[in-house]
Amino acid sequence: MDQTTVIAPQWQQAIYKVLKEGGVKQIAYVPDAGHAHAIRSAQADPDMQDIVLTTEEEGVALVSGAWLGGQRAALLMQSSGVGNCVNMFSLLRSCNFPFLTLVTMRGEYAEFNPWQGPMGKNTQSALEMMGITVLRVSRPEDVEEIVSAGLDAAFLAGEQVAILLSQSLIGRKKWERK
Amino acid sequence: MSTSVKIAVDRRTFVAKLLQATPDALVITGLGSPSYDVFAAGDRARNFYLWGAMGGSTSMGLGLALAQPSKSVVVITGDGEQLMGIGSLATIGVKQPANLTIVVLDNGHFGETGMQRSHSSLGTNLVAVAKGFGIADAFVVNQFEGFSDVARRVNARQGLAFAQVLISSDEPARVLPPRDGVYVKNRFRAELGFLPF
Repeated sequence: MDQTTVIAPQWQQAIYKVLKEGGVKQIAYVPDAGHAHAIRSAQADPDMQDIVLTTEEEGVALVSGAWLGGQRAALLMQSSGVGNCVNMFSLLRSCNFPFLTLVTMRGEYAEFNPWQGPMGKNTQSALEMMGITVLRVSRPEDVEEIVSAGLDAAFLAGEQVAILLSQSLIGRKKWERK
Repeated sequence: MSTSVKIAVDRRTFVAKLLQATPDALVITGLGSPSYDVFAAGDRARNFYLWGAMGGSTSMGLGLALAQPSKSVVVITGDGEQLMGIGSLATIGVKQPANLTIVVLDNGHFGETGMQRSHSSLGTNLVAVAKGFGIADAFVVNQFEGFSDVARRVNARQGLAFAQVLISSDEPARVLPPRDGVYVKNRFRAELGFLPF
């Protein structure tokens, strides 16, 4: 494997900073390249629990359990994972659990893989269908502010919030392996 | 081996004895009969009853156990609910929360929907699955007295444990816990000293 040390883009660093300063203590995730920095940072942070999931719906229940126990938690996933969560989202509405998820988008911009299209194009409507407020970020300079706004809405007003990180923000996936 | 042993534990008595022996434990229940069993044993503010979100009980228990490491957390669920969230055992096996005990009341059937057979009576060995996911202390309980072994682990908080309790497949009368999730959530949090915002 050709692995060179890369410095994470500023916007990815901003996400971890907002979560950390916002008092998040548990970060659950199904990995995606756009979340790489937050995942690495959580793993390296002794005051943060990082929880790798087998499927995203586990994360919906996990962050609710964390809130029962008095902690703030966030769920990181890719747009395909939103579809895996749909029935589990009913837990959030039935109990009005605060909820913050960051979703890296696929299937919407310069996509190479057509299999990402069906879920990616319906990610926002699936979230909204289940009563989750959707905020979207497309410009790197907006990431910190919008993630912070979502975090406040979740943990101060008890809302269920998904922040979609546009595929144009994340950049084109490189398909050639050297 | 174990699921073919035809010794069956009475679910209501087992759960009642277990909870009597673990008065301080925080309890999450999987939807259906386990919620009724736990409520029938006596309502308490530190119980959180699921009425839906099938497959979510053990993940919820993990989030709670990580948030409250100095308290015992018990998930009491059924075989069907556990099977739907089976991957969560892998996730829990990675984290190894020492204060979490998972109790699966296993009658080998989906009780709530008319007693269709489940995987656990059709070949799946839940203890082997749990062990395969890295939960070393996974074991079968096939007699009523086994509640004390489970309770000891709950109270000790010395390691993650998984108990598959082979219960009889009779269905005791439904005893319905509150299904207002907001109420149950706020009551649970208040018990831990967390005020509503």
